Amino acid sequence: MKNFLISIKITIAFCVILFIGYVLVLWGVAKIATPNSGNAKVLKLNNKIVGVENIGQKFTSKKYFWSRPSYIDYNGESSGGSNKGTTNPKYLKDVSLRIDSFLISHPYLDRKELPSEMVTASGSGLDPHISIQSANIQIKRISQARGVKQEDIKKIVDSLIETPIIGVPVINVLKLNIALDEKYKVNNQQ
Amino acid sequence: MNSEITGIIFQVLLVLTLSYPLGYYIAKVYKGEKTFLDFLSPLENKLFKLCKIDSNEQMNWRHFLVVLLTVNLFLFFWGMILLVIQGILPLNPDGNIGQNVSQAFNSSISFIANCNLQHYSGESGATYFTQIFVVMLFQFLAAATGMAAFAAVLKGMAAKTTKSLGNFWVYLVKSVTRILLPLSLIVGILLVIGGVPMTFEGKQTFTTMEGRTQTVSQGPVAAIAAIKQIGTNGGGFYGANSAHPLENPSYFTNIVECVSIILLPMALIWAIGFYLRKKKFAFSIFGVMLFAYLFTVFVSVNQEMKGNPRIDKMGISQSSGSMEGKETRLGSAATAFWAMTTTATSNGSVNGMHDSTTPISEMLMMLNMQTNCWFGGVGVGFMNYYIFIIIAVFLSGLMVGRTPEFMGKKIEAKEMKIAIIIALLHPFMILCGTAISSYLANSNPELASQWLANPSFHGLSEMLYEFTSSSANNGSGLEGLGDNTNFWNISTGLVIIITRYLPIIGQIAIVGLLASKKYIPQSAGTLQTDTSTFSLMTFVVILIIAALAFFPSLTLGPIAEYLTL
Repeated sequence: MKNFLISIKITIAFCVILFIGYVLVLWGVAKIATPNSGNAKVLKLNNKIVGVENIGQKFTSKKYFWSRPSYIDYNGESSGGSNKGTTNPKYLKDVSLRIDSFLISHPYLDRKELPSEMVTASGSGLDPHISIQSANIQIKRISQARGVKQEDIKKIVDSLIETPIIGVPVINVLKLNIALDEKYKVNNQQ
Repeated sequence: MNSEITGIIFQVLLVLTLSYPLGYYIAKVYKGEKTFLDFLSPLENKLFKLCKIDSNEQMNWRHFLVVLLTVNLFLFFWGMILLVIQGILPLNPDGNIGQNVSQAFNSSISFIANCNLQHYSGESGATYFTQIFVVMLFQFLAAATGMAAFAAVLKGMAAKTTKSLGNFWVYLVKSVTRILLPLSLIVGILLVIGGVPMTFEGKQTFTTMEGRTQTVSQGPVAAIAAIKQIGTNGGGFYGANSAHPLENPSYFTNIVECVSIILLPMALIWAIGFYLRKKKFAFSIFGVMLFAYLFTVFVSVNQEMKGNPRIDKMGISQSSGSMEGKETRLGSAATAFWAMTTTATSNGSVNGMHDSTTPISEMLMMLNMQTNCWFGGVGVGFMNYYIFIIIAVFLSGLMVGRTPEFMGKKIEAKEMKIAIIIALLHPFMILCGTAISSYLANSNPELASQWLANPSFHGLSEMLYEFTSSSANNGSGLEGLGDNTNFWNISTGLVIIITRYLPIIGQIAIVGLLASKKYIPQSAGTLQTDTSTFSLMTFVVILIIAALAFFPSLTLGPIAEYLTL
């Protein structure tokens, strides 16, 4: 019984210590040291919030770069992958259908050039990035849809490649599409 | 060289470098020697006074266990009640509702047992209040409980003859204030700078570029992401854990988080050497663990980078490896590395969906959890290994015809019985649980379709993995399993209780029994336990007891799936 009383007291004491000495400290650091005071960083287009930098969005228009498939349809209130196993026949059929529809939208593309991440669902369902190869293969479609030169879009892509010192080079799809709309404002409004 | 491989080598070297000095520091903390954090002593003493704890009281092993179990029992009720009534508590900007009783039972037990199996999704199944005062609090205290038990084991091993294993409260408090809290603060600050949210404001809603409405969950994510990694807990803020781009936004945060998983488990092995002044002994244990761990990393990274052969057949490019369930910014190699690290250490956080990895990786994850002692959970990892040492000493003793002795103490029938029961408990719980659930799934196709996301061999893997993860107090899952049902909540909850507390009881008992025996000085006839021969012997014992028990079931699951690729 004595130990039970100590347990109650020590639990409450730890709640206080950890809240003040840990949670509030981190919260304070976030307030001071991050540009968005600890909130998820938002991105704006024409002074309007259009998304969170690190949360992927669904893009279906031919004028935009497309994100990876998402099993939760980019619903930011949840997260998760397909959890389908490597040999699951239903899953393999899904992938094969995604390949076909991607190739229909990109008729100039050779099958061998299509990276697997554009037809497989990400782990979080909110993957904000695609690989450089995945961006490059979409340039021609976007240039046709927007009626602009491929080289110009390629320049935007190249300027947004993020290469960490160690790790995988990636491109943020949302940033890419914002950059597109900013550059071709007139085109988009027509 | 491939930048993904460089990333893995860098992380291994980094954690090896950091763990050694940390181990030196930890040994000093548990010995009560001077450290640079001694300015915290007045605070700790005040805490002892406030809670009416006599910090000089010495506990024998029975007393030690009673106290350990009491505080855990209290915390279990604390967690369960708060999770059920969380809907009406403050800090709930998203208006999430309380958990039902079977789910709260499972969550509470799983967090207090350092397992962190989550049958709910953090975005909707918990509030900021319970994320902090249940999940995060338990992540500190469960880790500290394991470390307190570890400190008692060290004390028992170091003394020549003693009844005392030290004071549980002192170990518990110091594990938090001197080790877990400072480390989590450092990691937390790095994560905040790396872009992990740390806020009490609720969800953000906006209209996307194509005019859809998107709502994004946020919260005090960094606070949980740091301690979940440092304390081998693994329970994340978000459902997708560290695969979520807000919980793990970049390759940099991924390095911080992945290194944090295995830093403390490695450091604790070094601490044994410094504490007992037997560096060679610690080195030989470290060597066995590191070998086994790196072997699984090597194979799994290779498998994931190669990709899924079935997708190769579709004729597209798989240059980034098997990408189903993985994130672009992390890549397949770092995901495989994390998967091996999190299963070897009983952490259980994930940065990709384990259900969608290739079969061989899946098998290695299960094997890591089934042996459950390649570094292992904080504190308890070594204690699991200790059981295998006892068995190895006994076997070697029989082989060369000497009385089995370990650290100057005779190992007799009583200790051996406890050791064997503990060693066999793990396979027993896993295999029985899987057998019952597969029987149920097999006799009721409706149940099977409700539970399993995948047919055939992979479906069996999902059930086997769930029980393995529960029993190893790991907490990761093949998340395709529809596990938020009464059957899974209660069955895995029971497995977690049994496999967390019985081994701790058994291990502390063995140490307590051995410590009170008469010390026999080393002689020419003593079996050396710090040689490579003995290390090999222990490795073989682990392989025979833990691994071979599981090969039949692994054959039916991942191995069969591999063969049908």
